[in-house]
Amino acid sequence: MVRVLIPSGALGLNYDKVALERGIAAKPDIIAIDGGSTDSGPAYLGQGVSKYARESTKREWKGLMEARAKAGVPLVLGTSGTCGTDSAVEWMLDMTRAIADELGQSVKIAVLRCSQNAERLRSSFSRNRIAPLSGAPDITIDTFSACTNIVALAGAEQINAALQTGADIILAGRTTDTAIIAALPLARGCHAGAAWHGAKIGECGALCASNPQSGVILVDFDEAGFTITPLADGAHATPHTVSAHMLYENSDPFILYEPGGHLDVTGAEYTALDDTRVRVVGSKWVPSDRYTVKLEGTVIEGYQSVLLSTIRDPRYVQNAPAWAADVQAECRAKVMDRLELQSENFQIEVRLIGIDATLGGLEADGPRPREVGAMGIVTAATQELASDIAKILDPYLLHHPLTPDEEQPSFAFPFSPVELRRGALYNFALNHVLTLEDPMDAFSLEVVHSVANP
Amino acid sequence: MSQIRSIARKVRSKNAGPFWLTVDIFCGSDDAFERISSGLKTSAVADRFGVNGQTIKRFDIAELNVIKISLPRPVVQGSRADRDMHGASFSNLIAELEI
Repeated sequence: MVRVLIPSGALGLNYDKVALERGIAAKPDIIAIDGGSTDSGPAYLGQGVSKYARESTKREWKGLMEARAKAGVPLVLGTSGTCGTDSAVEWMLDMTRAIADELGQSVKIAVLRCSQNAERLRSSFSRNRIAPLSGAPDITIDTFSACTNIVALAGAEQINAALQTGADIILAGRTTDTAIIAALPLARGCHAGAAWHGAKIGECGALCASNPQSGVILVDFDEAGFTITPLADGAHATPHTVSAHMLYENSDPFILYEPGGHLDVTGAEYTALDDTRVRVVGSKWVPSDRYTVKLEGTVIEGYQSVLLSTIRDPRYVQNAPAWAADVQAECRAKVMDRLELQSENFQIEVRLIGIDATLGGLEADGPRPREVGAMGIVTAATQELASDIAKILDPYLLHHPLTPDEEQPSFAFPFSPVELRRGALYNFALNHVLTLEDPMDAFSLEVVHSVANP
Repeated sequence: MSQIRSIARKVRSKNAGPFWLTVDIFCGSDDAFERISSGLKTSAVADRFGVNGQTIKRFDIAELNVIKISLPRPVVQGSRADRDMHGASFSNLIAELEI
């Protein structure tokens, strides 16, 4: 049997300290936690940075490093620093060394790097080793060098290579959410379907149970199935909460693709062992012919400046969509004239908060609110150009009249200057898989010793 | 005719990666599941999202009283035209469908 302790769905989301103590007392074989996801958008991968503050992350990671020392088992972090680039791994490595010094711990750290070299990917692309997944954007051989960052998602094989170094702490770059949990059970011969299924159920911590914010859960894997035990007070897993978790952030609730195969839970049976624990058997792992890893990459589409004006006058609120269309058209013409730009070289959008800012063209007509926010979004090839265009848009968002002959209105600007330089607009540019001969071909492993000062 | 929102316990939408959206209708009871499962046409979902119906994956899971609908994201997450980074608000389009 392999017992995996999962402190929470992600480093940065906090965990219940009392429940973590219970987890340590239950003598786990490994502590595994995820550190990222694409769910917060492309900018983190685009820049190679974490979405969480360093000091806050450090507080949580320190608690887990203390728990590791107490338990005497490996601590694995997947998708370091939200995006899992080499820079994000380095950020975690610096932090880990600083904490080890503070705690007087001497630790062996295995660092798994997942960033990809554009030249190597060009070569893989020309040898037909890169294939699109469903819904993938079109790419050419030049897409790879246009990306600010590209990562490959490591699976259980790469995590196991890191575990085999005998490291105390594993800092992994981009990994699948499940790989850090499934790796050790697979290496020790537990049921493969159960290893992946239990990992998927456990990857968000206690989200598969009641009291989902409490974080900490235990997953026990064996030769036939797995058992989920949430550890916080008031947290209960039921066959319904556990099976329903397969729905989460997954387009198919029965199939999950991973490097080297896929999980099929069509035949899974969920049984309540008591009012807290759930036992699952019958999940199937189907190995694939080829070993593939998923790629994620980001390109810069342009740079943006944003402005915000609020409109309270009832007549302007009533006619806001026509007003915004007019502002866009007049401002566009003025920018083309003053800055001598072609219309395809920039975009100006006035998004109406209170009308259809969330759903855009998919929104249905509805009653008018008391006030409307007019969010001006300018996109251009450079930040300077976006900023110059925003300065031309500024007086329209302050004073543009509904009709030419009426007295000039004034709307509300919440700050001065009203223009916010937002920086680069990043786009996800890859949804592809890369075929590898050997699972380690696209990854590198380094062992680092952090020795405590005497 | 009633809105799905008034029949189901909860309607949730999430990104399933940057290129897909998934909507879970938690019906809450066998009766509600039967009503929504038979009353909600996949073509109505396609029309509401302005997508080709053949790209929609639908799972009616009686054991959970859940209907899951997955579709290519109307716009790619985080692209210039995207208005909802986490995709949670798209659920309202389904919740407000009348059956």
